Amino acid sequence: MPILPPEVFIKKQVAAVQEYSILAGRAIADLFSRPFYWDDIFTQMDSIGVGSMPIVVLTGFFTGCILALQSATALQEFGAVSKTGTLVSLSMVKELGPVLTGLMVSGRNAAGMASELGSMKVTEQIDAMRALGTDPVRKLVTPRLIATVFMLFFLTIIADAVGIAGGALVSVGMLGLNASSYLHSSYSSLVHGDIVQGLTKPLFSGFIIATVGCFYGMRTTGGTQGVGRATTQAVVVSSVFIIVMDFIVTRLMIGIFGS
Amino acid sequence: MPEELSSPDRSSSTAPAGVTAVVQFEDVSIRFDGKPVLQEISFSVERGQTLVLLGPAGCGKSVLLKLANGLLKSDSGTIRVFGEEIDKLRRRELYALRARIGMVFQESALFDSLNVEDNVAYRLHEERVPEAEAHARVVEALKFVELQAAIDKFPSELSGGMRRRVSIARAIISHPDLILYDSPTGGLDPITSTTIIELVMKQRDVWHTTSLVVTHRLQDAFILATNRFDPATGGMKRLPRDGADHGIDEGTKFLLLNEGKIVFHGTTEELVHSDDPWVKRYLE
Repeated sequence: MPILPPEVFIKKQVAAVQEYSILAGRAIADLFSRPFYWDDIFTQMDSIGVGSMPIVVLTGFFTGCILALQSATALQEFGAVSKTGTLVSLSMVKELGPVLTGLMVSGRNAAGMASELGSMKVTEQIDAMRALGTDPVRKLVTPRLIATVFMLFFLTIIADAVGIAGGALVSVGMLGLNASSYLHSSYSSLVHGDIVQGLTKPLFSGFIIATVGCFYGMRTTGGTQGVGRATTQAVVVSSVFIIVMDFIVTRLMIGIFGS
Repeated sequence: MPEELSSPDRSSSTAPAGVTAVVQFEDVSIRFDGKPVLQEISFSVERGQTLVLLGPAGCGKSVLLKLANGLLKSDSGTIRVFGEEIDKLRRRELYALRARIGMVFQESALFDSLNVEDNVAYRLHEERVPEAEAHARVVEALKFVELQAAIDKFPSELSGGMRRRVSIARAIISHPDLILYDSPTGGLDPITSTTIIELVMKQRDVWHTTSLVVTHRLQDAFILATNRFDPATGGMKRLPRDGADHGIDEGTKFLLLNEGKIVFHGTTEELVHSDDPWVKRYLE
């Protein structure tokens, strides 16, 4: 790849941010006007939501298991093994559930969107769609945006639940803790602010995954090699954005709820 | 031949009163990454006319077609389609205008997740046309391109020529007032190319649709200029040389591009008798 002069590089980056903002803005604006592509919305919900269930359940479950194992070892030193449930549930609900679910769905679906739309772009199917009088943002991007935001919210809840269940399995089966006290401490440690914080993040993550995935797909050039490049960029950028967004939302929530 | 070949009256589907040019370019220029692709292009296409765009690869023929459909925006100049200045239209207005334009893409650009019927009926489904009516129109369009048997197939199951025919069926299903053909014979064998050119001719002579045909095959261009579709035989027929038109279709004009500039615009007669050395070399 040729090395660009700094001013050309900066111009390209600014233009990319502008293009991304326009795409995201249009996708949001299309939520409020007809026509709606309900078939596409439900198809995407199935593909993104139901299709991501296995990886989200497995990731959530084993994260909970690992968290229980690791925290129990540390808590044992202070004679606070009974607090394992508290640590697992707080970590899962506030942080690991939303972030890991976001990252897993990003790896699966931002890549999927970028490659699908990228293939359509390089084979002129997007141009054909426009030529046939259909707005590709409305037909392709908006349904993916709605589906990702909606389904990621519920996937996060599932990841949280199976994570706590995984923690329970390890705590009871391997560490010999009492099941009732684990579940009670898990439940009682959670407050309203924790839930709000944990369930606000997937709304932003869903937005990032759909818009970044579609953005890289829609601007793909350079044939099959370009599709591969777009897919990689979509996963990398959306994953980084999710982590950055997580930091910002966490800071905001601490400001609002105080913990 | 099927009954749909009876020549219809197209006078009702028109541009605004007083506008005769369906497509009009005035000093249109466009650059990609700073490199000029088209420079000060000016021409117009009258209603019912077929303009064949010729030129070497990379001279800007496909870009010109995409500009005419608003798929690309020019850097300068004015493009009018049906009298509307295409660069000044809002997003919704542009999509409404495109409902009157059919386009056949270089590599067919069929939606690979949809079967032939859904590909051809795509525009009708978007317009919420009832399913029974949409099916009947798909069958009619597929009859026109002689591909009824492939209605349930997916694009991956079709040959290159069949894909191109489905693409033509998709472009003509709504009986557009303007059709843009982007290298409809590109990458096809000579026999299939002739079949595709015959379909372009059939559309020209049966529906009298205004069209822009991009091609790099001189042979295709001259077949279009010297033949007419014969409904009696269902094939093309050489125009008689003894007639007033000297065996050349009067409605077919030529536009030659080289390095983003127009080097020739005129009739078949003017083209073959051109004194321009580049044109002569190109025709040889």
